[in-house]
Amino acid sequence: MTDSGHKHTRAARLAKYLMGGPPLLFLLLLFAVPSVIMVLASFRYPGEFGGLAPLTAADPNTLQGVTLETYQFFFSDLIYIKVFIKSFFMALATTLICLIMAYPLALLIALSPKKNRNLMVLMVILPFASNFLIRVYAWMIILGPQSVLSQLVNNFLHLFGNAPVHLLFSPFAVLIAMVYVHLPFMVLPLYSNLEKHDPSLLDAAQDLGANGWQRFWRVTFPLSLPGIFSGSALVFIPVLGMFAIPDILGGTGDMLIGNLIKEQFIGTRDWPFGSTLSIMLTIAVLLIAWLAAKLGGHRGHYA
Amino acid sequence: MHRGPRLWAAALAVYAFLYVPIAIIIAYSFNDSRLNAEWVGFTWHWYKVLLHDHDMLVAAGNSLFIALVSSLVATVLGTMAGIAIQRYNFTLLNFMVLMPVAMPEILLGVSLLLFFIQVLNLTLGMLSIVLAHITFSIGFVAVIVRARLAGLDESIFEAARDLGASPWETFRYVTFPLILPGVIAGGLMAFTLSIDDFVITFFTAGVGLSTLPLHIYSMIKIAVTPEVNAISTLLILLTLTMIALASKFTSNALLKKP
Repeated sequence: MTDSGHKHTRAARLAKYLMGGPPLLFLLLLFAVPSVIMVLASFRYPGEFGGLAPLTAADPNTLQGVTLETYQFFFSDLIYIKVFIKSFFMALATTLICLIMAYPLALLIALSPKKNRNLMVLMVILPFASNFLIRVYAWMIILGPQSVLSQLVNNFLHLFGNAPVHLLFSPFAVLIAMVYVHLPFMVLPLYSNLEKHDPSLLDAAQDLGANGWQRFWRVTFPLSLPGIFSGSALVFIPVLGMFAIPDILGGTGDMLIGNLIKEQFIGTRDWPFGSTLSIMLTIAVLLIAWLAAKLGGHRGHYA
Repeated sequence: MHRGPRLWAAALAVYAFLYVPIAIIIAYSFNDSRLNAEWVGFTWHWYKVLLHDHDMLVAAGNSLFIALVSSLVATVLGTMAGIAIQRYNFTLLNFMVLMPVAMPEILLGVSLLLFFIQVLNLTLGMLSIVLAHITFSIGFVAVIVRARLAGLDESIFEAARDLGASPWETFRYVTFPLILPGVIAGGLMAFTLSIDDFVITFFTAGVGLSTLPLHIYSMIKIAVTPEVNAISTLLILLTLTMIALASKFTSNALLKKP
């Protein structure tokens, strides 16, 4: 290495840490450290008035020290595992419905003339830009007991002699709002995948005698799998940790993981158990992200 | 595949699904009835109620202050991060910048709550919210600035060096002016994210202080009146303005090469 080259790399390293150092320090302190604290907190006892019990206390009768109790508790009571399974199915249902709704829209945008595409994409993002709570609140109005939709549904049920139902405060209300809030996360990655497809592949399939459905199922769909996987991860992961939607639109039995965690930190104030639940959620999220990356990456070779 | 009528019908139904709820909120904000059910008649009443709602105005002021401070700091830190990641291949920083955004929001919220109370012994309030908002905003600014930088021609920086500019002069007179549209777009993004944030604010706000989303949440939970629709409509207008502003800069920052 020449002298000037050496000086250049030293200057570059200095510049790298001058530029990157402050944001790195900030994120180490406010993201990495809190994450580690949460892992440590899951091995502690809850404090008498919230927070954590002391590591050491003079009085031997007070809770102190470290424990595996929160983890034993998590696995000993089926309730918590059930909430995880319920959240998993809620996330799965949301992802599938988002996929079914997003696919035709993404396909239409990708097949539209180039000059219209940006506007059509913007039209997908625009409602998404209004406040999250407002979008959830809209479904409170639409599904409320006096709403047009509720009355239509109940009149219809009445015709066949069925008892009226409540649309609001139900798993159905939670699911529909979950889909509404997360739909753009599915449309955008799907569109950016579909947009890159080479139209000559479809022409080739047609020349070989494939009809419309065959061209879709055997050409377009397999090629769009990477987009499907990344969109699915972008929907599945936030739904898994969502607490606000079940909190606002769900009934008492519609608790998901997020509500359980919120309850431990805000309600019952059992922070060690809340930390344990958060770590379980983190593990679930990392597994799903890994799976999506693996599936998406593998299929990516064909695209 | 062709853009057949069935594809159009399906896509239009999805667009309707996206827009009808928003339209309903806006329409009922002008409805002369306490119930969000039947159309009674046009009124400005709920906007007048809003103007005299002291708690709401205080919450809006808090939101504005938090968004201004946090987006300012996040813009500086995020720009530095974007440059460090793109120009100097800072992979660890790239990971650290994206992780808080990739995880479900509740995890950042509760871990920060634990950290502020248990480690820093901080009273939750303005400071804890601002710190939390900076944490999740840095990633968005960094990604936008990085994209802008990636679109620039490397040889501009070499030319500056060959002409004898010091690293600082290169940054001050070449790099910074070129990435400025990206920096502004990132800052506007951080501002919008902060004003809109509910989940992380919910865990880091403590008891005494309210922001606009927190106030809306408690209104929805306790008593729903069309006043919520009125504030929603105003917020939708505000966000639309912010997007129009941001896209003016991003279209320069991301689409057009200099």
